[in-house]
This record gives sequence, C-alpha cells and structure tokens, in this order.
Amino acid sequence: MLSIKDLHAEVDGKTILKGLSLEINAGEVHAIMGPNGSGKSTLGHVLSGRPGYEITGGSVEFMGKDIFEMETEERAHLGLFLAFQYPVEIPGVSNMEFLKAAVDAVRESRDEEAFDTVSFMRKAREACTAVDLDQAFLKRGVNEGFSGGEKKRNELMQMMLLEPKLCILDETDSGLDIDALQVVAKGVNTMRAEDRAFLLVTHYQRLLDYIEPDYVHVLADGRIVKSGDKSLALELEEKGYGWLEVEVA
Amino acid sequence: MTDLLTPQLNIETAVPDWLQARRLTGRAAWDNGSMPTRKTEDWKYTSLYPLQQDFTAAPVSDASAAELGLDLPELSGSRLVFVNGHWREDLSTLVADAAIEVVRFSEANAEQSALIGEHLGTTVPGTKHLFAMLNDAALSDGVFLRVRANSKAQHPVQLVWHNSRAESTFISNQRLLVLAETHSEASLVEHFSGRNNAFTNGVSELVLGPGAKLNHSRLHLESPEALHIGGLHVRLDRDATLESFHLALGGKLKRIDIVINHEGTGAHCQLDGIYLLRGNEHIDYHTCIEHAVPHCTTDETFRGIIGDKARAVFNGRIHIHPDAQKTHAQLSNKNLLTSATAEVNTKPELEIYADDVQCAHGATIAQLDDAMLHYLRTRGIPEDEALVLLSYGFINALVETQALDALRDYLKPLLADYFGATSESASEQGSNLTRHIGA
Repeated sequence: MLSIKDLHAEVDGKTILKGLSLEINAGEVHAIMGPNGSGKSTLGHVLSGRPGYEITGGSVEFMGKDIFEMETEERAHLGLFLAFQYPVEIPGVSNMEFLKAAVDAVRESRDEEAFDTVSFMRKAREACTAVDLDQAFLKRGVNEGFSGGEKKRNELMQMMLLEPKLCILDETDSGLDIDALQVVAKGVNTMRAEDRAFLLVTHYQRLLDYIEPDYVHVLADGRIVKSGDKSLALELEEKGYGWLEVEVA
Repeated sequence: MTDLLTPQLNIETAVPDWLQARRLTGRAAWDNGSMPTRKTEDWKYTSLYPLQQDFTAAPVSDASAAELGLDLPELSGSRLVFVNGHWREDLSTLVADAAIEVVRFSEANAEQSALIGEHLGTTVPGTKHLFAMLNDAALSDGVFLRVRANSKAQHPVQLVWHNSRAESTFISNQRLLVLAETHSEASLVEHFSGRNNAFTNGVSELVLGPGAKLNHSRLHLESPEALHIGGLHVRLDRDATLESFHLALGGKLKRIDIVINHEGTGAHCQLDGIYLLRGNEHIDYHTCIEHAVPHCTTDETFRGIIGDKARAVFNGRIHIHPDAQKTHAQLSNKNLLTSATAEVNTKPELEIYADDVQCAHGATIAQLDDAMLHYLRTRGIPEDEALVLLSYGFINALVETQALDALRDYLKPLLADYFGATSESASEQGSNLTRHIGA
C-alpha cells in the first residue's frame, strides 16, 4: 500500500530525512518511535505534501502511484489521511461545513454519491458520539478554541468520516489524558480492517498498550535504524533511545 | 468644481418650513467650504475625481420591485423603501408597533417636527464634515424613527435606499434621524442597494438617550459603479448601548464616516464592520470614537478582503479626552489581500489624554494562511474551494455575532455567492465552490 524507498527530505535547507525506507501493507499497523528531532513529524508532513518540505531523493508509492506526482487533495482522495499533531484552527468555518466539504470531495473522487444533508448530519453526530465529543462542536469553528484533547478527537472524527486507506497518526497521543487516549485507541481499533493500514507516529510506548502494532520501527537521525515487533517498543521504554544510537554508531 | 447641489435643488418637492433654516445653513457651509484634495489628511487615499461629472436630479421611478432587482432580508417589522431618494409607498410596509414611531419628515406631526427640529444635525456639529453640509443643503425629506421611552420595539425597522437604472448619473440625498429615548430598545437595518452609478449622499444620525439600547446594521450592497459618500453620526447618553454592524461591497467611490460620541458615563459601543472589494473598487471607512466622559467602553473590529486591483482605506481613530478616565477601548482591523495588486491603507489611531484607561489597537495585513489551506487540502478539499471557504471564514466570525437571525440568514448565502463569483471560475463552478457554506 505504501512503499517508501530511500527518502531524503529537507526543510529550510536542513536535511531531516536521510534515506528512510518503509513498506506498509494493507491490514497492518506500524508504529514509528524515536527521539525528538529524529524526523518523525517530517515524515507525515512530507507524505501529506505540506509546502516548505522539499524532497531531495528517493521515492514514495501509495496505492501503486507516485505520491509526489499528486496534489495534497489527490492524495487524500486516494485514501491518505494524516491526523495532525497540531491541528489547525480555522475560525469562521464551522466544523460541519468543513466535514461536509471534505467528505463530499473524497466521495466524489471515488464516484460515490454525496450524502444528503440529513443523513450526513446523522453520520456526523454518530462520529461525535464515537469520539466522545459533544455535538455542539459541529457548529463551532474548525478546532477554534478546542482544548488539545478536543482537537485530537476532532482529528479522529474526520478520520472516521473520511474512511481512508492509510491513516497516519502524528503523535495523536501526545498531551492526552488516559481517558482521551483510550477513546483514540478505541477509534483506531474499531477502524482496523483488512484493506486499511495504520502508521502510528509516537514518542511514547503508552499508546501501544492500547493499540497493538504489527511492527515497530525506530527512527533516528532521519532513517529507520531498527525494526521489530511490539516487544521492541517495550525494550525502548525500558532502555530509552540511547543504546540504539550507540549500536548504530 | 462640479456642482453637486444645484441638481438637487431643482427637484420640486414641498419642504417643510422648519427645515428651511437648516437648508440655508448647510448651503452657506457648502458654498464656503473647499473640496478636499489628496493633500487633505482625511482624504489622502481617496480621490474625489469620480465626482467630476455632470449630475442630474434624481428621477422618480415607478419600477416594480422585480424590475428594480430589490433583494431584501425578510425582517418582520416595518420596511420603508426609497427609490432614487423618493419615497415608494407601494413598496413599503408599515407594521404597527407601540414602541415605535417611524415617519417621513414631510409627514411629521407637530410633536414629531419639534423633536426632529431639536435633534437633527446635533450629531454633526460644526462644518468639519463637508458632505454632511451638502446633505443639509439639499435636504427635502428624511426618515424620523422614534423609539419611545421605557419600551421595547417588537420588530426591527428596515430602511431601504435603492437606486434604479437611469439614463443619466444622478444624485440622491438620504437622511435618517433616530431618537432612541430613555431606556428604549430597538433594532434597525439600513440597506443601500442599486444597479447603477448614481451618487448617494447620505447622513444617518443616531441619538441614544440614557439607558437606550439600539442594534443597528448598515448594509452597502450597491453595484460596483456606485458612488457613495455618507456618514453615520452617533451620540450616546449615559449607559446607552449601541451595537452597530457594517457591511460594504466596494464601489467606484465609497467613503463612509462613522463618528460615535460617548457623551454620558457608562455608555458602550460595539462597532463591527466588513468590507469586500475586487476589480477596481474603492472603499474608505473612517471611524472616529470620541470618549469625552469616564467609564465608557468601545469594542471595534473591522475586517476587509481586498482582491484584484481594488483599494481599501481604513482609518480608525479613538480619541480619549482628559476627563474620560476608566475608558476601555479596543480597535482591531485585519485585512486579507487576495491578489498581489490589491492594496489597503490602514491606520489605527489612539489619542489618549487621560491617564487611567485601558486601550489596545492593532492592524494586520496578510494573505491567506498557508497552514489553514494545507489542512483543508489534506482532507481532500480542492484548493479553489478551500480558498473560498477560508475567505468566507475570515469575515464570517463577524457575521455570526449579529443578533438578528433573519439578517444572518440573508447575509450568509449572499456572501457565499460573492466569494463563489470572486474566483476566476465560471459561475457554475462558483456555486460548486460555495455549496458547503452554511452546511
């Protein structure tokens, strides 16, 4: 589903990703862990096509297509979803307007019929309930004045409504209390499916107590330095990241 | 100099005797005044060149609402419609409301005439506002709205000034006097529209008595060729509250002065405004809030979106006099430029002569936020639709604060259409771009 080969990327002339390779197949859950500044968030931004991130080498195929040939919205249409670490506030545009616009655009790209207003409202309300967010948030500006936890739940709600093929969660667990973390985990676990994959980018092992990954990768200095199963996460929790950097060196 | 007065004096309307004195003083002031030039500080960025043409008297029109293209918010109360400055009884609706008297100057009874005589022009003292003097000089009729003491209006009052298509460029005179008496409460919508290049010279005066509350909106929805020089002049007595909302589309020349005088302690004014320009349009908002007494508050927010080669001017002055201790005043002006050739000249001015006050002001000029745009696109929303949503969102927060539901319901699709049509796409695609607004 996602095939990253020797990816190099830089921001403001500074090289962040230095030869990252990763294969993700449908149905799998991958976790990427790593210390601050290792390039975890950069990976998500590069895959989403964020302006300012320059690809200097390597390739990424998503659903068999060269991702760098596609606009950001085309990647979304094909099923790529990035849950932001810091979701953007958009005052003046209601969450409902935003969600309907997004879902309509994605469904249209798949030649699926648009939901009528009433059934979409119902779906949106259900999604609210699923992420334990009051329905009043549908009428508020997108993420406007939301707490950190509310923003993350809002990301999850978008993910549920858009039904993507590949869900990248960029430190969705950061800053969440244990209740919110469980809501996020429950949402992800409910969405796990044979034709859907997850890439969890996280700083802490804690999230993986609730979402069991198939693979765990360690990112250090712009590339993956070690891969393993879920036991790797526990090892990292115990020993920290220091031993790996020594090992690599 | 172009003669802006004579054509208006040619109209044969009966002018009440008690108005004659004001006409004559206005005329003297207009005749003695000199037209502002680009060297006049208050007119630095606004040229009066579009007025250099021959104007005619405003023609009477009997066109139907459909022929005129009248598109008005559906408000429940009285609606007074003027076409080319002339009263159109057939298009107007009067709804009885015990708290309100609304009457034309020419129809005012003795008591009303006395009240008009007592208050008219008191919000525009001196001869500083030259175009208000022109308005005085040409005054033949106007609207007087009285909100009775200790009573609350049941319905909003709507005043419509519409200019019809005409063969020649004409001048129309618009005048409004609102007297909100002690502890009264009412809502008022001023609506300017039209499909041509007529020149409207307007003056609206709001006089709020002690404890009076007025919700006021002023919509400038004229066509892009329109010429308008007008002012809103306000006096706030003790503990009075004014909420005033302004929305203007650009025109060939639009200059709107908003002057609010806090004259009684404890008065509060919330002033919100939106201006939207494209093409070669021009708009100039000059606001001036005079804090003459202690314990008054002002909360002023203006936002503009300027595209193509349009030019906006915003000058927001807050003047705090030596006696105005404990004043709270804030002024914010944010501008969004959607093209490299669009221009805005913004100047917030705080002048403070009291030492115990809280004041803040700020102005920003920006392009659309890249992070917001990217966020929308990661959710699959195409770039052109995302741009429309963000432009709309930039000003919608101010629309949302409006107290009248019916006005919000009217403005939202109107604004959506505006942004849909702003994009370079065909109109069919335009509606596609705005279909999620209000979802």
